[in-house]
Amino acid sequence: MSELLLHRIAHARSGDKGNRLNIALICYRPEFFDTVAAQVTPDSVAQLFASRAVGAVQRYELPKLRAFNFVLDHALDGGVNASLGLDGHGKTLSFRLLTLPVELPAALLSLVQHPA
Amino acid sequence: MPVTRVHIGAGAGFAGDRAGAALPVVQALAASGVPSFLIFETLAERTLALAQLDRQRDPQAGYSPSLVALLQPVLALCLQHNIRIVSNFGAANPQAAAQRIRAMATTAGFPQAKIAVVSGDDLSARLTTSELAARETDGTLLQGRDSVVAANAYLGAQPIGEALDAGAEIVVTGRVADPALVLGPLVHAFGWRWDDWDRLAAGTLVGHLLECGPQVSGGYFADPGFKDAADFTDIGYPIAEVSADGSAVITKPAGTGGVVSLRTVKEQMLYEIHDPAAYLTPDVVLDITQAEVEQAGPDRVAVRGARGHVRPATLKATVCFESGWFGEAEISYAGPNATARARLAIEIIHARMAQLQPGLVIRADIIGVVSSFGDSAGRDLAAATAESDDVRVRFAARHADAAPVQQLLAEVEALYVAGPAGGGGVRKHLVPQLASASCLIERDLAQPVMELLP
Repeated sequence: MSELLLHRIAHARSGDKGNRLNIALICYRPEFFDTVAAQVTPDSVAQLFASRAVGAVQRYELPKLRAFNFVLDHALDGGVNASLGLDGHGKTLSFRLLTLPVELPAALLSLVQHPA
Repeated sequence: MPVTRVHIGAGAGFAGDRAGAALPVVQALAASGVPSFLIFETLAERTLALAQLDRQRDPQAGYSPSLVALLQPVLALCLQHNIRIVSNFGAANPQAAAQRIRAMATTAGFPQAKIAVVSGDDLSARLTTSELAARETDGTLLQGRDSVVAANAYLGAQPIGEALDAGAEIVVTGRVADPALVLGPLVHAFGWRWDDWDRLAAGTLVGHLLECGPQVSGGYFADPGFKDAADFTDIGYPIAEVSADGSAVITKPAGTGGVVSLRTVKEQMLYEIHDPAAYLTPDVVLDITQAEVEQAGPDRVAVRGARGHVRPATLKATVCFESGWFGEAEISYAGPNATARARLAIEIIHARMAQLQPGLVIRADIIGVVSSFGDSAGRDLAAATAESDDVRVRFAARHADAAPVQQLLAEVEALYVAGPAGGGGVRKHLVPQLASASCLIERDLAQPVMELLP
């Protein structure tokens, strides 16, 4: 097993609706799907965003797209109309998700095309 | 002969989108020989409330301020090649938008252009503020308010389809669900039934993919070295080639920049989606859990497999109201010990404001250390150990009255002489705020109205 950032094996895009944030997480290769499924859980995501006092974190699986959709309640400081932050939409937060460390089985390491 | 394929292009994904970007799309549509449509999506959540305020100041205003800039470069070409235009340019005043388009078309040599207006979304004369408050979902922001600025239901695709059935070459709407701009033309062209849920879902998915313009064709995508989009300068806006069964190929005009790939399409497919099995629209409940994408050539991605369920009984409405004042101010620190001086500036402002405006919630960021990712309570900033020798401290606050926020901005400016060493480049601004709430309303409260301009 090798530890690397989720950013090297998946890409992501954020969207907002009110105070709720969604982050689509898409595996660069189908072989990474099981690793992401096992390690990028609602709990690990809730923990990563703990400082924002998020509520429920829901994960939806889209195996045909090799993708997951995370929905984080109360993640946006009240939403774009109420937030005091620079990024009230939470658009940058897709890249926060990608800072999550994951353990990748050694056999899959050669499939990682992106630089460390 | 029944129509077997139509092409739909997107000329804008938001009001501030790039004027002129639609031209290569229109040229490709004109060359296709296939029945073609062009959409412009220009209404974000609060845009309509800003438009309503414009209309109160000037009865001829209140439509999208970007209408002329976006439409001018392509209007004549569209009318010449029978590329029919569907847009929510109308905002708070679709009639005035249609009159403006009439004037533009006349100048362009098409005084007889058929222009349709879709309205009926405006709830302000039909529901009082307390009636809206009783219908609010996901919160109680409207309770106890005296008034609202704007209240609009999201209409569906039916009135757009009717307008096209009636021969409209340009359809201008107020608030409609964004994907309806695409679904309306598809139902019109293919004659789908309004209870053919799988077809309506397929068309809604195409609309969802197009509604943000270049976000599906390489915009909002590049991460250098990880995922790239070629030749950004003239990024191509998307075109969907849709078949009568609802399956589609997403592509972009030849010779334009950007990229249409499995990655760009998947990212946009899930954009602003919550439960992928139940994306609620006025026309259908869209289920994308079985949707599939396939690379069908360079910059061509085939999309199929959307499923649909019976449309929701109610309509969503967005209600905007005045919510006081928002202000922010920034100051830079650079060089040795810059981060420590930035942290000291934050301490000073918090201490001074605690005396001057106790209770005012103030957010502080150190841009370059923690800002975008940080929380408003400052937990992330307090925990951060990173240092930078070129940072910008940002303060933000909001209040029902301007004065307390104004005082914060003045105190940040005073850091010039009464703060840590070497602070420079203060910028500050104070703006009135609009906030929004969501309601679910009965369908009969927002009956769509379609009229052809005489």
